[in-house]
Amino acid sequence: MDLSSINPLLLIATMIAASMPIFFAAIGELVAEKSGVLNLGVEGMMIIGAVCGFVAAVETGSPIAGVFAAMLAGAALSLLFGLLTQLLHANQVATGLALTLFGLGLSALIGQSYAGIKPPSFPQIGFGTLSELPVIGALLFGYDALVYASAVLVVAVWWFLGRSRSGLALRAVGENQDAAHALGYRVVAIRMGAIVFGGACAGVGGAYLSLLRVPQWTEGATAGAGWIALALVVFSSWKPFRVVLGAFLFGGVTLLQLNLQAVGAEINPVYLSMAPYLVTIVALAAISGTGRGAHLGAPGSLGKPFHASG
Amino acid sequence: MKFRNWLTAASAVCAYVALAAGPLHSDPLKVGFIYVGPTGDFGWTYEHDQGRLAVEDAYGDAVQTSYVEKVPESADAERVLTQMALSGHDLIFTTSFGFMDPTINVAAKFPDVKFEHATGYKRADNVSTYSARFYEGRAVIGHIAGRMTKTNKIGYIASYPIPEVIRGINSAYIHARKVNPDVEFKIVWVFTWFDPAKEADAASTLIEQGVDVIMQHTDSPAAMTIAEEKGIHAFGQASDMKQFGPNARLSSIIDNWAPYYVARTGAMMDGTWESVDTWHGINEGMVEIGEFSDQIPADVQAEAQAISDAIVAGNYHPFTGPLNKQDGSAWLSEGETADDGVMLGMNFYVEGIEGSIPQ
Repeated sequence: MDLSSINPLLLIATMIAASMPIFFAAIGELVAEKSGVLNLGVEGMMIIGAVCGFVAAVETGSPIAGVFAAMLAGAALSLLFGLLTQLLHANQVATGLALTLFGLGLSALIGQSYAGIKPPSFPQIGFGTLSELPVIGALLFGYDALVYASAVLVVAVWWFLGRSRSGLALRAVGENQDAAHALGYRVVAIRMGAIVFGGACAGVGGAYLSLLRVPQWTEGATAGAGWIALALVVFSSWKPFRVVLGAFLFGGVTLLQLNLQAVGAEINPVYLSMAPYLVTIVALAAISGTGRGAHLGAPGSLGKPFHASG
Repeated sequence: MKFRNWLTAASAVCAYVALAAGPLHSDPLKVGFIYVGPTGDFGWTYEHDQGRLAVEDAYGDAVQTSYVEKVPESADAERVLTQMALSGHDLIFTTSFGFMDPTINVAAKFPDVKFEHATGYKRADNVSTYSARFYEGRAVIGHIAGRMTKTNKIGYIASYPIPEVIRGINSAYIHARKVNPDVEFKIVWVFTWFDPAKEADAASTLIEQGVDVIMQHTDSPAAMTIAEEKGIHAFGQASDMKQFGPNARLSSIIDNWAPYYVARTGAMMDGTWESVDTWHGINEGMVEIGEFSDQIPADVQAEAQAISDAIVAGNYHPFTGPLNKQDGSAWLSEGETADDGVMLGMNFYVEGIEGSIPQ
């Protein structure tokens, strides 16, 4: 085993790239769940984002257009979820699962004639000489635009949820929908907004997969990333910055174990693959053990249907 | 509530219509397939589905085929198989190694339904097994890889530590080593058949470690895409995969299941089906070597073709001694060839490969 042949800077950079799809999906789902909506359709919205982003990027030749298309597609699918669960009062769990199945099927249909096509490559942000600085250059200035967008996004979400008045309203709706309604907040409208935001983010996560991480379209390309994103929200106990940490851990551990294998480390890869989930369990046990209540910081009205008649 | 009642009624009507529509045809033979990945993976499952379509083409209205894709290799497979058997399928192909026990279990419950399990080793009166001698193809591409690598490092993306995969690694290594004594194999196990992101990560990791030729035993063309992007070489796996790496692709191992599926369906129709163990290679056409890329020098192409021809002619066996196991103990003596039993249970690396097989 020769660990020195792993370039730590390169490893960290690829780990960050690996964490992006689940980060985007999870941060969107976090906002939706904060408003009290449990949308299990993340996987479906991601893959629709992946395929629509891919198709749009190929057709227009612009990967940026692809990202926007993915955003729209994810949002459109989540809007469907919103209509069904918020206006027609369908069961959120069942609708979310159906959304995943629907998304997987629809994406296969849309992507049928796009297999084997190479999407236009994503532009790197040019930092000029900054990116040539030793260590810092590679660590801070070597990424694609979406990585920087994700950093902005997490701060924005943190600020919005914790520091803004509308964020407070969103959380109120999620914690106690009846009280929020009594105070005059429009529960359904706020939740629709959160759902659509979640869908758009999941779409971007999907596009990251199909345009940057594996620049190709294959059916079922997300391969369960949406479910990991859902676990990530719980892992982060609904706190934006912990999502970053969790995404890095969940996405990065796969790369870490592949790297260790490639240099011949005698660690059974199965144990490393288990690691993030073990950490989730330990983290959940630790959080619930701190006496902050059994709900682990989950929004009080999470998954509950709301009707103004109370 | 009203809406829900309406839904129940509607679905009942649909089910009734579906049932009623069935027997209108003059009882076509129902052939079912379960796949581990999506039919659009452009690798393993894609080729099985091409085989299914060939069955439809061959028998037209006399058969009715159906498939369930992305079936997990778990208890879910048993549920899907039971459902297929209950819905009147006469012949069911289960197309992944991990479906072995589910196939055997469900077959025991439905003695009148015939099952065909790919790449496994458990049979019953109503369960056949079939597989392709992929290791013959590995010998050919191993040779090419050994000749083409400039860094003398060849990457291998392995799925699960099962005999079929280990056999492939050994065969490729033996033939790469034979033409390039300095060659080194870097093997990563991804523990999945189909996960494009993970397969791509594995490819990138290997490339960072100085690998300039990649082989894979996973189902998606993700590694090929990465190889194309990074300007190294790779081989198509299960399918040709040329469109994913026009410059990267050197050759490919193509699985051709169609003749077997057509023959077995035919055997069902004329009542001659019986439980058999089929293991076909390049000679029978179940394993095909994809067209050689122009990037392979003519002499290397000729050598590779010669290996393939010798295998077809029966003059050459990819596992021919002298060969030692990884720990240095003798395995095959001079001129001795491995028998099928040993190959089917292969759980060791040959001498020279570094690292250990995860248990």
